[in-house]
Amino acid sequence: MAVVFERPHALADVPMHYCPGCTHGIVHRLVAEVIDELGVEGNAVGVASVGCSVMSYDYFNCDMVQAPHGRAPAVATGIKRARPENVVFTYQGDGDLAAIGTAETIHSATRGENITVIFINNAIYGMTGGQMAPTTLPNMVTQTTPYGRDVNTAGYPIRVCEMLSTLDGVALAQRVTVDSVKNVIAAKKAIKKAFQNQIEGKGFSIVEVVSTCPTNWGMSPYDAIKWLRDNMLPYYPLGVYKDETKGDRLK
Amino acid sequence: MSERFLMKGNEALAEAAIRAGCKHFFGYPITPQTELAAYMSKRMPKIGGTYLQAESELAAANMVLGASAAGVRAMTSSSSPGISLKTEAISYMAGSDVPALIINVQRGGPGLGGIQPSQADYWQATKATGHGDFQILVFAPATVQEMVDLVSDAFDMADKYRMPAMILADGMLGQMMEPVEFKEEGEKVLPEKPWAACGHHNQRKHNVVNSLYLTPQALESLVKERFERYEKIKATEQRASEYLVDDADIVLVAFGASARVAHSAVDMAREQGIKAGLIRPITLWPFPTDCLKKAAQTAKGFLSVEMNMGQMVDDVKLAINCSKPVDFFGRTGGVIPTPQEILDRIIKFGGEL
Repeated sequence: MAVVFERPHALADVPMHYCPGCTHGIVHRLVAEVIDELGVEGNAVGVASVGCSVMSYDYFNCDMVQAPHGRAPAVATGIKRARPENVVFTYQGDGDLAAIGTAETIHSATRGENITVIFINNAIYGMTGGQMAPTTLPNMVTQTTPYGRDVNTAGYPIRVCEMLSTLDGVALAQRVTVDSVKNVIAAKKAIKKAFQNQIEGKGFSIVEVVSTCPTNWGMSPYDAIKWLRDNMLPYYPLGVYKDETKGDRLK
Repeated sequence: MSERFLMKGNEALAEAAIRAGCKHFFGYPITPQTELAAYMSKRMPKIGGTYLQAESELAAANMVLGASAAGVRAMTSSSSPGISLKTEAISYMAGSDVPALIINVQRGGPGLGGIQPSQADYWQATKATGHGDFQILVFAPATVQEMVDLVSDAFDMADKYRMPAMILADGMLGQMMEPVEFKEEGEKVLPEKPWAACGHHNQRKHNVVNSLYLTPQALESLVKERFERYEKIKATEQRASEYLVDDADIVLVAFGASARVAHSAVDMAREQGIKAGLIRPITLWPFPTDCLKKAAQTAKGFLSVEMNMGQMVDDVKLAINCSKPVDFFGRTGGVIPTPQEILDRIIKFGGEL
């Protein structure tokens, strides 16, 4: 019988710890499918960050390094400089990438570090129980913004792709989501491009995936998707913010 | 055959690292280690290596973590305030059994402190280069030649025991020029690292370099296993140099730059007929307790001489189990003690024994 659907080889056959309805599982699968399709599992080194996805080192079958909070792009830089032949990617959340690791993100991007960054933006710290993230929306209620994020005291969210798109070292900055079949297919295409860029030596590529956190948003998975569409996507519009992959700008 | 050069300590450290097979340096500018990074930026591109000026000491140390996790020899260098930032990555490297070399060309502290030579990071280096239960190897050279020799040993031992190693130098050793000899060893053969994360090439299960263990019993047993390794190191890797210790009544204990001054003070004391000697720890961790214990059988007292407010002195007392009086003399804040002030302390301490 013909196999029409199976687990990607790069994705480990183990139970994941993610909550029901969390979009991490979908994105993990997309990354693993891309690794399979490009045939780079044996060559890939992933960098797990601190947050809900910390245990992604158990979920990807390629070699993995677990980085301190926010330092995944620095660790990935070290790996890539040591082993340029490896395909190196980070998998980070919003607290990791856009708060504690902001400097590492910006500087690996501006160096044009030839790595791939998968960025999960769900506007909250999931692992620690739902605190305000750098991407938490104005007026959004979290454990540490119980009256809603007051921009007068807690400031405004960071739009990462827009910010990084100003940097010459960035080859690709694209924001996607996985709320529908159509968008999942588009997200996979972006992730594949971000990996392909690295293989072709084109420099820093980031794919931001606007994601849900039903548990800490206090919603059902269905309502979380709806909330994402109504609130997240207007603030974080999907699209390609930078695509320098056609020219030879970097060299 | 060997080559002889007149070199600054910081540059000698850099050249020695390259000759020890290190092709990946990640740094961030800070005085007084500046020449080390500058030397690397000149040499690394010529040998096909990496010199990368990071955005911070945090990033530099984490780049070392990445490169070392991928199985190459990697290093970073800094001075005291910068080392505080690197302790994050050092703790993770210790917790993931990743070797690396960290060089601390110490300056005065706390805070921004000063930029003159100091040994005030002894506690940090030997007791707490980060959070958690762990040790790192700590070497304390006292000459530029010894800096060269210890860099190679530090890399080798870091690889052998899979743990970070530190060269604890200071601004005086880093900035001074002395003749050095590099042994002609040819291309260094580096050990295999089957644990490294550099792609499994469909030949083995995936390697994971990680320090997270959420099950208390699993973390405890891993830490215990690491401490068994530390016990082996303590039993076999202690290093110290002894000067006129055999018949000494007063044994000075000093490392690095302060040991050079203490050495002169011992000579001055001997000229006056005072039987002084010097034990100079070369490894600060493992601390050379064996030779101190041996000296305690004959010496009447110990005088720890340091460029801080008295940090190693506790380890001297512990090493000899407080079986003899232990005195301390130190200058801090970047002040280097003079042989005369040490001699005065020897005479005063001798009178109390």
